[in-house]
Amino acid sequence: MREYLLLIVGAVLVNNFVLSRILGICPFLGVSKRLETALGMGGAVIFVMTLSGLVTSLCNKFLLVPLHLEYMRTILFILVIAALVQIVEVLLQRFSLTLYKALGIYLPLITTNCAVLGSAIICATEDAFKGAIFKSTVFCSASAVGFALALVLFASVRERLELSRIPRSFQGPSIALVTAGILALAFSGFAGLGA
Amino acid sequence: MIDVVMLTVVGVLMALAIGLVVKYFGAKADPLAEKLGELMPGANCGGCGFAGCGDYANAMATGKAKPGNCPSMSDDTLKKICELLGVQAEKGEPKVAVVCCSGDDHHTTRVAFYNGVNDCLNAMMVAGGAKGCTYGCLGLGSCARACPFGAIEILPTHVAKVHPDLCKGCGKCVSVCPRKVIKLVPRAAAAVNVYCNSPEKAPVKKKVCSGGCIGCRKCMKAAGENQILINGFLASVNYENPPAESVTEVCPMKCLRKAD
Repeated sequence: MREYLLLIVGAVLVNNFVLSRILGICPFLGVSKRLETALGMGGAVIFVMTLSGLVTSLCNKFLLVPLHLEYMRTILFILVIAALVQIVEVLLQRFSLTLYKALGIYLPLITTNCAVLGSAIICATEDAFKGAIFKSTVFCSASAVGFALALVLFASVRERLELSRIPRSFQGPSIALVTAGILALAFSGFAGLGA
Repeated sequence: MIDVVMLTVVGVLMALAIGLVVKYFGAKADPLAEKLGELMPGANCGGCGFAGCGDYANAMATGKAKPGNCPSMSDDTLKKICELLGVQAEKGEPKVAVVCCSGDDHHTTRVAFYNGVNDCLNAMMVAGGAKGCTYGCLGLGSCARACPFGAIEILPTHVAKVHPDLCKGCGKCVSVCPRKVIKLVPRAAAAVNVYCNSPEKAPVKKKVCSGGCIGCRKCMKAAGENQILINGFLASVNYENPPAESVTEVCPMKCLRKAD
């Protein structure tokens, strides 16, 4: 229990995917203009990353390691994640139109999100996760929660920035990047908390 | 070897899985929307205000949009679509795009040598482009590349020209032009146009372009009442009440011209 608690705190706060590992920056800057879209994207990422964590660790354990094909990891994971997201999209459209509409365009966009691939590769390469499928899934899920947390925090900040007076040369992406840096600094205060 | 085999096998399996899932669990598309989608021109020009032909077909099928907003649809197709939907046909007024600028290489001055990215918006961001007039056509062809019908040609003298017979009036060029020099006007009234877009005073305009409107009002006097409108130093045709073609003869700058 303690092990998993540490794992989750570590993935959400200490080694936050966006703010400490610098993965998934494109959606972090792209869909953080409004809180509403940030929530949608966060939900979609949690959904896809949990699923892809499970499937890629299965692939790794039962396909890549027995065949000694570890160097094929990246390409296989991309293939599997992309196909998986497609299947999930079709199923969602059929069985839960509300969820499908809520996730919207973000679902297919996540296929190529480096945070998704990053979490899968971390699970496949780091010794702590070797062959542990449940642990890998929990880690991927927690990482996605960390991503969503960073996204929502950043979106809230940016919504307030819209209303504040910013010097002209700082408007738009510049102030967003400065803010992201300060946010990352704040998150570095969690260092040493988790595993 | 084994890596290629493995990847191929996994790829084929995934493709099969997607195919099977789509076949057995895929959401059924609206048959009406599908039929409409087949009838659409498929240019995806966006002139209807929707993201593309498929989007517009869906909107029509669900009753959210009326047929007739499509600028590139032939009358026959429109008739068929109206029959499918069971509504009366009403087509919007056909429009045509006009590049309101005479500033080709013979008329306007060049203040700079631009060899950056071949795109109007890019050129405009670099100190306003290479031409003297900051209101006219930059002539780098962003509109021509945006046009889904190939109706815009960039003349060798670096000014855009719309071919009215190819233009469907979708307005893509209008939204892409950073200078807002392309205007969408009613096709029926577009025989005579003012080919100048600059609101500057006449002396300022004359310094940079020998083909710009100087606001002399000769055309206004020659035309019938309310047929030519003057706004500051820029004349414009009143497309609701277009003047006769003969009015073009009085323009000293030759910027009030027949559509070519």
